[in-house]
Amino acid sequence: MDLGDIQISLLLASLIVAATPILLAALGELIVEKTGVLNLGVEGMMIFGAIAGFIATIETGSPWVGFLFSILGGASIAFIFALVTQIFRANQVASGLALTLFGLGLSSLLGHSYTGIKPAAFSDLHIPILSEIPILGVILFQHDPIIYFSILAVAAVYFLFRNFRLGLILKAVGENHDSAHALGYNVIVIRFGAILVGGAFAGLGGGYLSLVRVPQWTEGMTAGAGWIALALVVFASWQPLRLLIGAYIFGGVTLLQLNLQALGLEINVALLSMSPYLVTIGVLVFMSARRSRGSLEAPRSLGKTFFGL
Amino acid sequence: MKLLRVSLLVLSSLMISCFAFAADMKVGFIYIGPPGDHGWNYQHDVGRKSVDEAFGGKVETVFQENVPESADAERVMTQMALSGADMIFATSFGYMDPVLNVAKKFPNVKFEHATGYKTADNVSTYSARFYEGRSVIGHVAGKMTKSNTIGYVASFPIPEVVRGINSAYLAAKAANPNVEFKIIWIFTWYDPAKEADAAKTLIQQGADVIMQHVDSSAIMTVAEEAGVYAFGQASDMSAFGPNAHLTAIINGWGPYYVKRVQQAMDGTWKGGEQTFDGIEAGMVVIGDMSDKIPDSVKKEAQAIADGIASGKLHSFTGPVNKQDGSAWLASGETADIGTLLGMNFYVEGIEGDIPQ
Repeated sequence: MDLGDIQISLLLASLIVAATPILLAALGELIVEKTGVLNLGVEGMMIFGAIAGFIATIETGSPWVGFLFSILGGASIAFIFALVTQIFRANQVASGLALTLFGLGLSSLLGHSYTGIKPAAFSDLHIPILSEIPILGVILFQHDPIIYFSILAVAAVYFLFRNFRLGLILKAVGENHDSAHALGYNVIVIRFGAILVGGAFAGLGGGYLSLVRVPQWTEGMTAGAGWIALALVVFASWQPLRLLIGAYIFGGVTLLQLNLQALGLEINVALLSMSPYLVTIGVLVFMSARRSRGSLEAPRSLGKTFFGL
Repeated sequence: MKLLRVSLLVLSSLMISCFAFAADMKVGFIYIGPPGDHGWNYQHDVGRKSVDEAFGGKVETVFQENVPESADAERVMTQMALSGADMIFATSFGYMDPVLNVAKKFPNVKFEHATGYKTADNVSTYSARFYEGRSVIGHVAGKMTKSNTIGYVASFPIPEVVRGINSAYLAAKAANPNVEFKIIWIFTWYDPAKEADAAKTLIQQGADVIMQHVDSSAIMTVAEEAGVYAFGQASDMSAFGPNAHLTAIINGWGPYYVKRVQQAMDGTWKGGEQTFDGIEAGMVVIGDMSDKIPDSVKKEAQAIADGIASGKLHSFTGPVNKQDGSAWLASGETADIGTLLGMNFYVEGIEGDIPQ
């Protein structure tokens, strides 16, 4: 019963793997919500991305093609959501929930003949020199390309909203769509695009689940990851860097509690299983509490349908 | 116009009655997850299909998947009963109270509840002695581990799961006195990603044989990748890990389902019965053994399975102490059914606490 059985560097390396599907999906949802659209269909887009990528990998033998199809898969069912909510102006909450049900159903239909098959392995990309650094190399630089991409994507989204005109336009649409419209921006087109990008990220997150993290196809394999991603966006108060921290804390505490259990420590296991949720919420609330109020608020047009002027 | 309407009405009611008389009996099944899980639900669905096969067109079966263990279950069963089901199999522990509530409202519908302990005039329960299978695979695990560390991914701390851990531990310990169990509770029956994480954690901590009491095949895939061994849960999972798969405990619900449906048709079905069958009745089936298992171990495992089936062996035979060292079973004594059904303690030698 000594802590020596836990290898800290391995634990940290695997927490990044565990957190990546949620991180990608949450990052996509963050972009969508920044433009004022609430898409509750993350779970559906993830699972559809998972099966689309899985089928493509099996059929072509290339996980790269698989990930491409995960992205396309997620974006294509997000397209339905965009069509329904932006063109036909349906209620976003109801459409999002419907999208989740649709994605779960369609993926299990498509995946019927794909259970019990192993996808081609997706090899790790050890970054030269950096991966040789003791400890840090194992933790950060011996992963697969999708993980590096996810971290770069967080940075890109951070700078997008901070330094670029496009980021400001997206924000403007999300804060007040009538004003954005009056300034000459096409609210519907911008939101439509954001929804597709959000779907692509969610699809990639799902594909990561079925191609790397588990790796196999089983019905309903996202098992609520999409909902965690949605919650994470809120608790990170729509800030990409906090999203990254939140996702890693969630993944880290999840794995830590599994490790502590395996050691047979005399800690209440029910409490341990709850801990990822409690710690993540706790940390993010604490971080938010120190900032000014303005930065915490949801985009003001979030969930509202734009009817034009 | 009126004539047309009336004839349409007559025609349609004729069609409806045709459908209604197409089968003598309608049997409904509700599943906690998807039948595509290749585990618990898959096997119940295999059982449902054997009812289809056994009775041909005489019995119509319907099923509903992904039914939560909540008020939703009541709604689904009520809907089934209203749409003409004569018999309903509720195939998860948490459907217990919903079954009793719906059974009260439909006294003429026969209910069968898996793994529960509450019955009524029109509710019977059935469960399998999976712990018998765990004795067999526990022995194999004890013989196959090189690190003497066996990982165990457990779902919820209910007697069913605790019983499995104890049974597997006793058998593994008898096969290999140096064996140690590492147990992780994940508080879900079905979450492939979480199951995979738990298995990876156990492997990182030195386990080279993984057992599971959760439903998906994710653990088998992880074991295959890591080059360690695992067992199929509920059904044969060798497709997910051709090298990792040692053998499986297969749930054989078919014979029981066919028998109970037959009884319902004959009018000999009774409520208030509690079936608890094991290897002998075919409700617990040991799958094919992998080539990785040495012949001698295969023979020993088979002997344990045969001994349990014939009643010569019992998974819980004294002397066995509880975890805290207090005596439970005296030498030669076997566990009584009441203790087994309510088991809430580890046997001596297992580390850690059962979550309460």
